Amino acid sequence: MKQLQKHKSNFLLGLKQGFPIGIGYLAVSFSLGIAAHHAGLTAFQGFFASLLEIASAGEYAAFTAIAADATYFGLLLATLVANARYFLMSCALSQRTKDDLPLRHRMCMGFFLTDEIFGITIAQNGFVDPYYIYGAATASVPLWAIGTSLGILMGNILPLRIVSALSVSLYGMFLAVIIPPAKKNPTIAILVMVSFFLSASAAILPILSSLTESTRIILLTLVISTVAALLRPITDQSTTQSPA
Amino acid sequence: MHNIYIYILIMALTTYAIRVLPLTLIRKPIKNTFIQSFLYYVPYVTLAVMTFPAITQATQSPVSGTIALLLGIIVAWKGASLFQVALLCCIVVFVLECFL
Repeated sequence: MKQLQKHKSNFLLGLKQGFPIGIGYLAVSFSLGIAAHHAGLTAFQGFFASLLEIASAGEYAAFTAIAADATYFGLLLATLVANARYFLMSCALSQRTKDDLPLRHRMCMGFFLTDEIFGITIAQNGFVDPYYIYGAATASVPLWAIGTSLGILMGNILPLRIVSALSVSLYGMFLAVIIPPAKKNPTIAILVMVSFFLSASAAILPILSSLTESTRIILLTLVISTVAALLRPITDQSTTQSPA
Repeated sequence: MHNIYIYILIMALTTYAIRVLPLTLIRKPIKNTFIQSFLYYVPYVTLAVMTFPAITQATQSPVSGTIALLLGIIVAWKGASLFQVALLCCIVVFVLECFL
């Protein structure tokens, strides 16, 4: 009974702390909806794509691939690369769950592992209560899916100037994820600059520029990360920190 | 032409597998330094590659996208939240494109 009370209060705490995330999601997923619209998704399809993936960079990569009529395997690769960081977060979270936590909870928690939910969850003390994650997800994930649909429906009606402005919100969010760690870790700062430079070069250079955008993203990510891992292998506990 | 529902299914299943496999299978930290390092760098590299030069092409004028990028980096460096950085980038582009 006491355990049940604890789950309930953690669920409510998750709801409360998840709501501001949901508001942010609404704005960001709106611009994601514009990308989904370009890829030819209907509002209905966009709603489910967002509800089932819940990943900004991953969905953006996927919609870019779909817009380019990528193969199914190409889409799988694009999704895999853009979402690879969740693998790490999932590893980190596994270290913060009780050993006897039932499989069904692990399977549900994993579904809601976004940058932001991971961020607030890992900021809690002690072992993670899955009900905290469920609360945070309840307050934020529906807004993520609804925002995507709205972006698909209204991206075309809104004046071009507003669409142009909203389309950078996603990139702003990416910056908010990569810049704070770059401030703390010089290797990441250099990596970000190198990535910017090579990405811009690859968009102009012969052969590379003829590839699709999503293929270039995968290729550059694999090459740059491999070189970085070889030159600067990490030694400390930095992997368990939230990139969000 | 590919089926959009198969696309969505691939997106959903791939992402779910990435998120849930370590949590259900791995109870100990990854020991291999190379894999650990590679996975550690991947998110930053991939997000950086996706951001530039795409942000300069997403806007109607490359100038507004570039300025949004620079200001976004500055405020993120100064510790602004995810939502604040995203909002600022939008406002910068909107205001600049009123003049450009």
